[in-house]
Amino acid sequence: MNDALLKTIFGRLTWESFPLHEPILLVTFIVVILLGAGIVGAVTYFRLWGWLWRDWFTSVDHKKIGIMYIILGIIMLLRGFADALMMRAQQAMAFGANEGYLPSHHYDQICTAHGTLMIFFVAIPLVVGIVNFVMPLQIGARDVAFPFLNNLSFWLTVAGALLVMVSLFVGEFAKTGWLSYAPLAGIEYSPDTGVDYYLWALQIAGIGTTLSGINMVATIIKMRAPGMTMMKMPVFVWTALCSNVLVVAIFPALTVAFMLLMLDRYVGTNFFTNDLGGNPMMYWNLVWIWGHPEVYVLILPVFGIYSEVTSTFTGKRLFGYSSMVYATVVITILSYIVWLHHFFTMGSGASVNSFFGIATMVISIPTGAKIFNWLFTMYRGQIRYDLPMMWVIAFMLTFVVGGMTGVLLAVPPADFVLHNSLFLVAHFHNVIIGGVVFGLFAGIIYWFPKAFGFHLDPTWGKVGFWGWVIGYWIAWTPIYIVGLMGVPRRVNYIEDASLQPYFIVAAIGALIILVGILGFVMSIVMGIVKRDKLRDVTGDPWNGRTLEWSTASPPPAYNFAFTPMIHDLDAWYDMKSRGYERPVEGYRPIHMPRNTGAGVILSALALVFGFAMIWYIWWLAAVALLGLFIVAIGHTFNYNRDYYIPSEDVMQIESQRLQALKSAGA
Amino acid sequence: MSAQAKDEHIDHGPGDGYSHGTHRSYLTGFGLAVVLTAIPFWLVMSGVLNTQTTILIVFACAFVQIIVHAIYFLHLDTRSESGWTLMAFVFTVVIVGITIIGSIWIMYHLDVNMMPMGPGKLPGAS
Repeated sequence: MNDALLKTIFGRLTWESFPLHEPILLVTFIVVILLGAGIVGAVTYFRLWGWLWRDWFTSVDHKKIGIMYIILGIIMLLRGFADALMMRAQQAMAFGANEGYLPSHHYDQICTAHGTLMIFFVAIPLVVGIVNFVMPLQIGARDVAFPFLNNLSFWLTVAGALLVMVSLFVGEFAKTGWLSYAPLAGIEYSPDTGVDYYLWALQIAGIGTTLSGINMVATIIKMRAPGMTMMKMPVFVWTALCSNVLVVAIFPALTVAFMLLMLDRYVGTNFFTNDLGGNPMMYWNLVWIWGHPEVYVLILPVFGIYSEVTSTFTGKRLFGYSSMVYATVVITILSYIVWLHHFFTMGSGASVNSFFGIATMVISIPTGAKIFNWLFTMYRGQIRYDLPMMWVIAFMLTFVVGGMTGVLLAVPPADFVLHNSLFLVAHFHNVIIGGVVFGLFAGIIYWFPKAFGFHLDPTWGKVGFWGWVIGYWIAWTPIYIVGLMGVPRRVNYIEDASLQPYFIVAAIGALIILVGILGFVMSIVMGIVKRDKLRDVTGDPWNGRTLEWSTASPPPAYNFAFTPMIHDLDAWYDMKSRGYERPVEGYRPIHMPRNTGAGVILSALALVFGFAMIWYIWWLAAVALLGLFIVAIGHTFNYNRDYYIPSEDVMQIESQRLQALKSAGA
Repeated sequence: MSAQAKDEHIDHGPGDGYSHGTHRSYLTGFGLAVVLTAIPFWLVMSGVLNTQTTILIVFACAFVQIIVHAIYFLHLDTRSESGWTLMAFVFTVVIVGITIIGSIWIMYHLDVNMMPMGPGKLPGAS
């Protein structure tokens, strides 16, 4: 075949696009293929495809979608952490004469992939997953406002994650850092497929996140149980609301910034180039209008998790509920007017830098108020040191340090010294690991028995806990120190060999975190193995205070047989203390949304479209885009969207639960 | 609001006051939008006023046009969805305002301080 025909069919995809000459990638590729074949084989052998498709992939049940989000987040965490270990190993050895084992073009891809994966495909799915699972239960709803949209959001996120994974073995990923700054990410300096993978993966996943944000906001505003006024919502619901309002407000800015960069790369516009009237600094500006609030998109729901856990495990109502709500709202608004602190050094004058510096410092006030609220909740409480509470304590001790280095970096003159140094990298890992990740573990361990009806294994959970906490401090304290001395970020080689001990200690810390991750995975595995011993039939294993603990574990598809009436802030605690008894008759048919495969199909087409655009396979892109339109419009003609669970079925499920409760002696 | 529009409300159940507008309101909105579009076109094409005034009037018409769209086409009022629609609109205005004003302020600084080669400026000029 001639070259022109090949180019028409395959775009710029050639045999050279497959990195067969890179031993590290080849071995990874073979391992992934074997693992994948093993999983596919096992699923086929046990005839699980039909079950997976019917009960999970096409499900519009918010609980199942939440669980799938969390599984996606945990899988991506393993990949992102593998990247982290490789970087730590490289930095521990690449001194003086030794150049390490990763060539710079490979190191840069790993560095970019680590940041991109950890924020977009670990932190966001885990946060969205927990909000998805918990929030509708906490407000007494049967599902979210737009159940199909929820399914579509999830699968679009999966499509984005898959594109990043494909870049590992077909072509290469971006070498431009986790936000792909222009002009480096422009076509002139990054002509290969890396930045295109980055842009298309994040655009597709970003649509999913935006839709999910709209869905959650609508759910919280429109679907609360009767009696639950705004100031009677659990704190987690408040934080989820603020976080998703931020998602809706900021993701368009990121989408536009990426779209303009795509136009620069694909059709030769000059929005972010150095010449012809472009200005790359506008890209930074737009990206950080998204980027700073994004930090709060992640941390706010996690603050909600800490609030729920603290209140439950101290057996007290949360101290200062309304101040907590106002602090959350204030943080939401303030997070919007601080973005310039990510580029103090880029040349703004004193007035701009002081405004954004002071605004940044002001954010620490409501955040500090939250810390005091948690401390005052614990004060004179009956604290039970179960695993979720241990994570809360570790969070408070770790996060406060990150907060203080953050205020330090908010001072523009100090930032001029520390900008682009490892001190900054240590700071944001301090707040993201010590804040977001610790809270996600607290949340997963806290709500796991609600989702599956049995606890995670507590012994392995403790291994996970101590591995993460000790590992975090050993890994990042030396990075703070070398950062303060001026070591820049994003480098794969350092000349000054006297710094090597710090990086070796950091690498040891990363290995201890690995123990923490394996401990967490083992706590899931051993939890499943010992599930009969760890089972909870009451549905309320922690003596909880909010509505989700009033229903069965795992909750039935319809969540609540009767929509609860809310009279007080801690609704379930209020019901328990007033001697609530479950109704045993008068069940009615329950109206539920029906599963649909349209979300999976649309996302698969979006994945093909993205891949075709990346490799310039125009015919395939056109076909996929046409398919997207046809399926999307076709789905609107599907009127078979709902069904009723008959009252007999509801009665059967509920009486089984009553039987189980009786035999458990509750 | 006409009786026909009120009938439509019944389908939505109580407490879900959401206006779909009437023929008259859509036509009013359309008329205003046409006028507000025609004025800037005419001003620019005929050039009767000086550039500065023309720009100001175009901006003013665009701003009024946003409000016309919000009221007549998006049915923004203080009552629908028990006030949430208006609140969401105000929030959007604030967010977009912060984004635009902040960006202009920042990019002005960055452009003046960091882009001496930009159009209309000489190398070395501050």
